[in-house]
Amino acid sequence: MLFVYSGETGEGPTLERVEAMNRYNEELSKAGVLLALDGLHPPSTGTRLTFSGSGDRPTVTDGPFTEAKEFVGGYWVIQARSKEEAIELASRAPLGAGAIEVRQIAEGSDYPPEIEQAAKLSQDPPEQTFAE
Amino acid sequence: LAARQAQGTSGQIDAIWRIESARVIATVARMVRDVGVAEDLAQDAIVVALQRWPSTGIPPNPGAWLTETAKHRAIDLMRRNATLQGKYEQIAHAIGVAGQAPDLEAELDDQIGDDLLSLVFTCCHPVLSMEARVALTLRMLGGLKTPEIARAFLLPDATVGQRISRAKRALATADVPFEVPSGPELQARLASVLEVVYLIFNEGYSATAGDDWMRPALTEEALRLGRILAGLAPDEPEVHGLVALMEIQASRQTARTGPEGEAILLASQDRRRWDRLLIRRGLAALERAESLGRPVGPYYLQAAIAACHAQAPTTEDTDWVRIAALYEALARVAGSPVVELNRAVAIGMAFGPELGLEAVDALDADGALDDYHLLPSVRGDLLARLGRLTEARQEFERAASMTHNNRERELLLGRAAQCAGAP
Repeated sequence: MLFVYSGETGEGPTLERVEAMNRYNEELSKAGVLLALDGLHPPSTGTRLTFSGSGDRPTVTDGPFTEAKEFVGGYWVIQARSKEEAIELASRAPLGAGAIEVRQIAEGSDYPPEIEQAAKLSQDPPEQTFAE
Repeated sequence: LAARQAQGTSGQIDAIWRIESARVIATVARMVRDVGVAEDLAQDAIVVALQRWPSTGIPPNPGAWLTETAKHRAIDLMRRNATLQGKYEQIAHAIGVAGQAPDLEAELDDQIGDDLLSLVFTCCHPVLSMEARVALTLRMLGGLKTPEIARAFLLPDATVGQRISRAKRALATADVPFEVPSGPELQARLASVLEVVYLIFNEGYSATAGDDWMRPALTEEALRLGRILAGLAPDEPEVHGLVALMEIQASRQTARTGPEGEAILLASQDRRRWDRLLIRRGLAALERAESLGRPVGPYYLQAAIAACHAQAPTTEDTDWVRIAALYEALARVAGSPVVELNRAVAIGMAFGPELGLEAVDALDADGALDDYHLLPSVRGDLLARLGRLTEARQEFERAASMTHNNRERELLLGRAAQCAGAP
């Protein structure tokens, strides 16, 4: 999974940036590696829940968040054969300024049986996100 | 801080090779009209990259860099090689290397899809054995190295190496044109390509616990190839059908083996472990195949059957009527006794065990599945549902004596004992 981080720009994406990003997404798709992706609304429209650890109900704060510098802006789910390949694919994103974090999606079999068992839902999991 | 620039390490260059090699080979193959030579030239380019990039850093567009380097090698080669001289002049003119190069980047974009498709068709050409097609496809299109292919197929490196070099020679000897077939040839050639991809998928899908990880990785390799193909030939319903079939089958990957590596049949699988993302992708690929509004083929039909299962919450709560109809259609376009047996199972689930048994008995009389243990196993199941337990027990015992799989034998003998023990 590739998480993209960027600063809060305030304004929406420009046509140029969207076109560049679309070309990149097309490339991933043509290479047969793109499984899913989503872009997120700007952080100013987001809401943050802070858990104090005391067991009380969390504090709810609406954006914009002045203290934080970087926000998750979206993600891709890709199928890469190695971490190096994931890094290479991520390095081609037309990001301007920002960061991408490369993380491997955990599967049940990555964990001991009791953990895997504990992580099972009682019903079919809801449909995950998908690329269109 | 462990910050490092993402460049110059051999692992990183390796990853770039895997991403770019097919496009580099395809582009050069169009110039030199020989995929074997094209691959050698592409390899030369990566050797240069391995020498230079650790000190210069990775160029901004490593794929274009590799392609240009390989192209220049190709031009050098053609200048030296008298037999290629005539071809060179023609091609050099066509691509503008003789004079001022036009916009190479734009030309590359227009041409690359065709070149890749030509490469796919060449690697899966019928002059090659099926084994050679598979090895060549994984090597040229998947960017896999010979030892990786060898590990995946549990073969010695030398065997795979010979297979690949013989295949390259065979293509050159037969003077196989580097092109996308057209007209009536296209469908037959496409069928060969799809068969190769599905064979790679099944090789990975049949991997068992303890196998080298390269084996199960073949399913992902095949999925990737299938998705690339869907992008290159979006108007072919069977390409989307195959992608759909593979996505949906792959969605069951973790559910289909138990903790000891034993196979778990569809009916007993824990459906919570099916990968919903892959199912969703499979259904989308099916829709793409349907939207083309052309006659459907065997991959589409198998995928549509798999989709019925994928969308059902339980075995009982499955659209068996639709599955029976789809098997009927499959029997018409790609009939086989195994398809008939599956149709009989679906009929038994959809319309009751009596009609299912009728279909199985017709098949039994036919004799084509005399050595297939699932025939008596299915028959036993239908008889048991009809309450004809003595006959059911005999069928389960017959099936148990025919299987070579110990665990399956145990299960069948267990069912036989159940029939005997029931009042």
